[in-house]
Amino acid sequence: MHIKILGPGCANCANLERATREAVDALGLDAQVEKVTDYGEIAAYGIMRTPGLVVDEEVVLAGLVPTAARVKELLSARV
Amino acid sequence: MTAASSAVTRRAGMRRWALVAAAAVAWWALYAVNGPFWDWLLGDVVGLDLDSRAGGAVRFFLYDSVKILLLLTGIIFVVTVLRSFMSVERTRALLGGRREGVGNVLAAGLGVVTPFCSCSAVPAFIGFVAAGVPLGVTMSFLIASPLVNEVAIALLLGLFGIGPTLLYVGAGLTIAIVAGWVIGRLRLERYVEPFVFETKLRGKPLDPAYGLTWDDRLRMGIEEVGAILRKIWPYLLVGIGLGAVIHGWVPAEWFAQHASADNPLGVLVAVGLGVPLYSNAAGILPLVDVLFAKGVPMGTLLAFMMATVALSLPETILLKRVLKPRLIAIFVGVVALGIVAVGYLFNAIL
Repeated sequence: MHIKILGPGCANCANLERATREAVDALGLDAQVEKVTDYGEIAAYGIMRTPGLVVDEEVVLAGLVPTAARVKELLSARV
Repeated sequence: MTAASSAVTRRAGMRRWALVAAAAVAWWALYAVNGPFWDWLLGDVVGLDLDSRAGGAVRFFLYDSVKILLLLTGIIFVVTVLRSFMSVERTRALLGGRREGVGNVLAAGLGVVTPFCSCSAVPAFIGFVAAGVPLGVTMSFLIASPLVNEVAIALLLGLFGIGPTLLYVGAGLTIAIVAGWVIGRLRLERYVEPFVFETKLRGKPLDPAYGLTWDDRLRMGIEEVGAILRKIWPYLLVGIGLGAVIHGWVPAEWFAQHASADNPLGVLVAVGLGVPLYSNAAGILPLVDVLFAKGVPMGTLLAFMMATVALSLPETILLKRVLKPRLIAIFVGVVALGIVAVGYLFNAIL
């Protein structure tokens, strides 16, 4: 699984990254978490509110920081 | 769905709305007792002379802090719940393929109702322009969004009533429409960083407003109140504190001499002070409230407030990622001109 955190480095992006890593650990997933900070690349995903969460090139969340439980739900639906 | 589970859902729904109703009543009761409570505590219990300078300033600080906190909490909550039916993605879809003119009007209106933080100005700008929304229409959206926001509307309504609030909203929308239209007419696309136009949007964008339940929307409202209050409380305290000092110690004659409607430079000075000043409506409005009570004219005050909230150094620095300095300068210049014009107009007609 390839997970991308989209965000220019704001506080919310760090929070999303933390929630995501927590969820990945809790689920014991073999996932690669990558941060995307380039505005052009972020916008290319069609999101206009950061932070965004992309799983295997599909946007699953944008514009809010979810709880770790919510990220777990989203990730386990895509295993 | 079985009959039993739908009964459970219905009961949960009733409980939710009962809680909302109880919160509304509690809010109203707190708002109503705020003034009498401080009069009683400071005047009767502590024994302060509320007509003295220090006593008046202390009462002003406490009363205004609570009043503004209540207004912010109530209105941010309601606005966030209503706005959860809108999203930037929907707004972009509505603006796609609009001509200038109609597009500017629509963009300014949507700037008010779309949930949007100026921290997302850059990705939104790229998203709009890359999807074919004209530059000027995009600018109308980006100008209206911070200028006519829920915090400003909440506080204006609470501190000044419906008349000045409508004036402010009307003026803010007009500035956003006209400034965006002017920027569009000037054909400034060459001052946008080229990568914006080269950005290819892939995939179907996610609509965050899709599939939310009432519980989600109410929870978003509560979270937004917390997030905004955490962000603005220092501004609020400084604003109210300064307001209390002016309230107690700066005589009204001073303002009458230096900032009355007869002073032709009043609005220019107000906008000149407001542009570099970085604050939001929450920090500025307590000051505006006091200055108005001291006799500073409404046009000058609204211009000061608009300049402070609409144009900020941090946002222009962010926009440098997508706009060349020439276009940023034009953007700031056009908006500042619009604000000055509004200030003089209001001073003349009010």
